[in-house]
Amino acid sequence: MKPFTKIVSIITPFDKANVDTDQIIPKQFLKLITKSGFGKFLFYDWRFDHDGQKKNDFILNDPTYNDSQILITNENFGCGSSREHAVWALKDFGFNVIISPSFADIFYSNCFKNGVLPIILDIEKIKKLLLYKDKIELDLNSQKITFGDESINFEIDSHRKIRLLEGLDDIDLTLKEDEKIEYFEKNSSRISIFE
Amino acid sequence: MTETLFEKIWNSHVVVERENEPSLIYIDRHLIHEVTSPQAFDGLRANNRDVRRRDLTVATIDHNVPTTDRSLPMIDETSSTQIKTLEKNCKDFGIKLFGINDPNQGIVHVIGPQLGITLPGSTIVCGDSHTSTQGAFGAFAFGIGTSEVEHTLATQTLWLEKPKTFEILATGKRKNPFAVTSKDIILSIIKQIGTDGGTGHVLEYHGDAISDLSMEQRMTICNMSIEAGSRAGLIAPDKKTFDYLNNRKYTPKNYDELVDDWKNNLMSDTNSKFDKSFTIDVDKIEPQVSWGTNPAMVSDVTGKIPTPEEFGQNNEIQIESAKKALLYMDLKPDTPIVEIPVDRVFIGSCTNARLEDLKDAAEIVNGKTVNSHVGAMVVPGSQMVKLEAEKLGLDKIFKDANFEWRESGCSMCLGMNPDILKPGERCASTSNRNFEGRQGSGGRTHLVSPVMAAASAIAGHFVDVREFC
Repeated sequence: MKPFTKIVSIITPFDKANVDTDQIIPKQFLKLITKSGFGKFLFYDWRFDHDGQKKNDFILNDPTYNDSQILITNENFGCGSSREHAVWALKDFGFNVIISPSFADIFYSNCFKNGVLPIILDIEKIKKLLLYKDKIELDLNSQKITFGDESINFEIDSHRKIRLLEGLDDIDLTLKEDEKIEYFEKNSSRISIFE
Repeated sequence: MTETLFEKIWNSHVVVERENEPSLIYIDRHLIHEVTSPQAFDGLRANNRDVRRRDLTVATIDHNVPTTDRSLPMIDETSSTQIKTLEKNCKDFGIKLFGINDPNQGIVHVIGPQLGITLPGSTIVCGDSHTSTQGAFGAFAFGIGTSEVEHTLATQTLWLEKPKTFEILATGKRKNPFAVTSKDIILSIIKQIGTDGGTGHVLEYHGDAISDLSMEQRMTICNMSIEAGSRAGLIAPDKKTFDYLNNRKYTPKNYDELVDDWKNNLMSDTNSKFDKSFTIDVDKIEPQVSWGTNPAMVSDVTGKIPTPEEFGQNNEIQIESAKKALLYMDLKPDTPIVEIPVDRVFIGSCTNARLEDLKDAAEIVNGKTVNSHVGAMVVPGSQMVKLEAEKLGLDKIFKDANFEWRESGCSMCLGMNPDILKPGERCASTSNRNFEGRQGSGGRTHLVSPVMAAASAIAGHFVDVREFC
């Protein structure tokens, strides 16, 4: 995974609550067997009409936000299905940061596995950020978002922060604990399905 | 110190624990299906890694499979590719697969318990959020993403932050236990605690109203824990649990010994502390029907569609969500639920496609005919359920009433196979999610129990099933 670097970008405001992963990536696009190429299907039923034409009133079709890497959304983002395709689609579309008052558990965890930073911010801070239309600077290392002369801090679990900053592979890290896994298996034998 | 059931299971699976870090948790059972696994196997190959414990891993094909005649070639080429990919991956890595023509094929969360693969006190994962179903057996069972599927294949462990505990106490006795089902209990719970009420928590259900339920009914409750935001739901095992798992195909040989141990250990200690608590009295529950686009937007069948303001109760975000939902669902506030017509009826999914569900629905349908404006189908949860139902003649009851009787799979719960709603169609569905487009782009889903779905198929609109009994 590529290390997570400082991000300078405008914000895409996306004022919806309880956005489920069925909306982020509808099921007809889950049949690909690769991790790439999902961006063009992001929010498909909201971005396109039944004839496949772009809906002009949908924010992600506004060219103003073409290069935006930061999506700000409302509570309980990513609820429902565990499909990691939702994160792959957001990342492929260009979003590296999702800011929300709250996230669904599985989606939140899936973000970190793909170098996407989900930031939980209270609604007052979000409202303040949304007033700012120019580029903002987001620094994971100092856990700080700077916009104009102002800045706000955000919380993140230190363990997850290091993994993102260094682009560490989870499986590599776990395999370093191999002795402990073997010890666990020896001391408390697991019940094989096919004994 | 007292411990909850969840804490006991967690503590017995910790491989690595360090302060202020996630813990490394051992995984006892890993179930795989075709949609969320191809990229995980690619990852193993790219890094030259193997499957650590193929004896703790099984696979099946459920999401994409056609539910029509399977001797015919598949029309959808991409689905076919995904299925072939799983077949190849299982062959290459030596994983047991219950394939498309296997008598044990079925929805992954239905076959786990049916085959005795699901065990109390174990940790169970699958790349599907409804893995929570298996918490009904007193297992910590939860859905994971594809990266975690790969991680589990390679290491048989996962890094997890310890979830908090949430006690759901269900008291009382259902007045009409045939018509008011466990689906109505869980929909009522979600209506009250909200779709994110359980986020970050494991829900532990207990109380007389839970003990009273059969294993299959308990599975419906745990299944929908994720719709309240909880990755896992949990019910302490009891005699019903142990009886259910006895003599299944993969029930462990030393089962009696295991049961003795589980009996003594797998329960929350008296006075154990939960981080959150909620009580529901099931006496007051009526048959439920969802009217909106998330599983908390639910009404009593005798009720009316609420106004967004009634639903939102001063919460602007909720009011706005309800407005959008009503627009999508093409419904007006104050419409009585029983006046809403249905075009389609789907009895199926990991929530409600087990034998008891089909038996109850058949009892409603028996001797009647589906309304001429309605297309209705039954999709059994597994080949085993299908076979057992056919032995009881349920297929005949459904077919005589003009229901379609299909092969097993996820089917119209998420519409990855050809079973989908057309834009604008309205469906009474026994599944778990009424999200926009879930059952087909532009389709409108109303979540109900199997008996409510069966009754609405006959009537052509929602009806209070209590009037059918």
